[in-house]
Amino acid sequence: MDSFSTSELLATSPILMLSLFSLIAMLANALLKNSAKAVFGVSVVGIIASVICSIYTFDEPSLPQTAFSDMLLIGGYASFFSVLFLMIALFSICIAKPYLEKEQYHFGEYYVLILIATIGMLVLGSAADLISIFLGIEIMSVSFYVLAGYYRSKNSSSESALKYFLLGAFATGFLLYGIALIYGTTGTTNLLRIVTMYPQVFFDPLHLIGWGLILIGFAFKVAAVPFHMWVPDVYEGAPTSVTAFMSTGGKAAAFASFIITFSVPMSMHDERLTMVLAVLAAGSMIIGNWFGLSQTNLKRMLAYSSIAHAGYMIIGIASGLPLGQQGIAFYLVAYALTNLGAFGIISMLEGENGSNVNYEYYAGLGKRKPGLAALLAMFMFSLTGIPPFAGFIGKYYLFASAVQSKLTWLAILGVITSLFSTYYYLRVIVFMYFREAMDNTEIVLPRLAFVTVILCGIGIVLFGVFPSLIFDLMKSIF
Amino acid sequence: MFCCGVLGVVVRRNAIVIFMSIELMLNAVNLSLVAFSSFLGDSTGQMLVFFVMVVAAAEAAIGLAIIIALFRNKQTVYVDEINILKW
Repeated sequence: MDSFSTSELLATSPILMLSLFSLIAMLANALLKNSAKAVFGVSVVGIIASVICSIYTFDEPSLPQTAFSDMLLIGGYASFFSVLFLMIALFSICIAKPYLEKEQYHFGEYYVLILIATIGMLVLGSAADLISIFLGIEIMSVSFYVLAGYYRSKNSSSESALKYFLLGAFATGFLLYGIALIYGTTGTTNLLRIVTMYPQVFFDPLHLIGWGLILIGFAFKVAAVPFHMWVPDVYEGAPTSVTAFMSTGGKAAAFASFIITFSVPMSMHDERLTMVLAVLAAGSMIIGNWFGLSQTNLKRMLAYSSIAHAGYMIIGIASGLPLGQQGIAFYLVAYALTNLGAFGIISMLEGENGSNVNYEYYAGLGKRKPGLAALLAMFMFSLTGIPPFAGFIGKYYLFASAVQSKLTWLAILGVITSLFSTYYYLRVIVFMYFREAMDNTEIVLPRLAFVTVILCGIGIVLFGVFPSLIFDLMKSIF
Repeated sequence: MFCCGVLGVVVRRNAIVIFMSIELMLNAVNLSLVAFSSFLGDSTGQMLVFFVMVVAAAEAAIGLAIIIALFRNKQTVYVDEINILKW
């Protein structure tokens, strides 16, 4: 074992920087009076510092390809996802601050937990070893369990935390057992070295069971059917700002690692594995969109839509092509911007005790707050996949990758289920513009959250019209 | 042992017992990692066991805290009675 060098420390600077700032935030929270605002400031600075480090590591030839005995990937792929996670964290705390102030739950711990969860995501996004994948997932999930139960005196919040925790820990058990089996059959936990063992060990039944168990763990984290039971309950019960972060950041991190990890067994082009992934994708698209139809609560509707979107993205992994992987990465950017925007709007309008999140409340919003309604309409169009918004381009690439890898039936199923989803996304728009408002009390919009939501809106239009902004970046990293 | 843990999670209705079953699953993993590690004569597995133990301890702390928070609100730890969020 060689000890680590300065260039490795420099290469992992995004993670180290964020860890440093989360410690500072924790201290500030303990030492300062009236600390929530200070911690918010520290978190914003920390995230921006980490973004700068990630951009620095993106294409720096002096840095090594991997760090800490091949535990972490450096540059390119890892940096791309680091920037994505950090931007999600930044947007989500900008949405959270006014929301938590309104709910009288504004404490510094919230930002510390968000920072720690983001560290977990950064580790997960750059992990090249099953050990670091496990650690990344756990750092992220443990913070999410706490965040889901953040409203500790509210029944729904602590209930969702318990459900998330029990099922999450259960899934971790499967993931770990899978890791143990793969270690047992290959003698290494490193993804780069496992590939070199192929094809001798691949057909060992224990090895295949190991991959199956890991798949269960990942399917749980990305919320794919049949491991989706926790999603609607947790998304509905958790504070809206947490849901915004969890549904975008958590999913993006899990997918970033899902792509790297499953590029290993997918390199064998095994029919059965492709089939299993295709069935997962198909099941998620059908069940997510089907149950989405009957929802009356906007948060729960977005939870089912999140299941459906996990299905679309798994198509990209099932295809096993770089095109599919690029499609997923683009889709994650689009999905993150869209969902942060949508949940941001929900959090601005939400009333006491989680009221005002039903469709009825949105009736007449087009007249009461035209700007906000137009933005929400844009987000819904983007989720449906209507051009010129970013969601359309993402779906296009994913379906194209399915067709290229001869999974045409999956692409057709994807298009049909998207048609179903149009109903419940557009229903929000129908309520906003074609129904009369029931109460006409003045809505006060917090400026910080509104600006963030506008930025999300600009983002989806920008990437929808000029997708090459991201695709040119991705050509160099996949 | 892993199967016992899985069965425990599926069958039992008390949140604390479910949680214990999950710990059982993690310990099953530890045991098989150590076994593989000594079989292969490679120390990576034993290193991973330490990570698993640390994470399991952190998870236990968080999990029990969540269960206590819920118990304060609802006075029950039976998962069948924890059902405000449905459909």
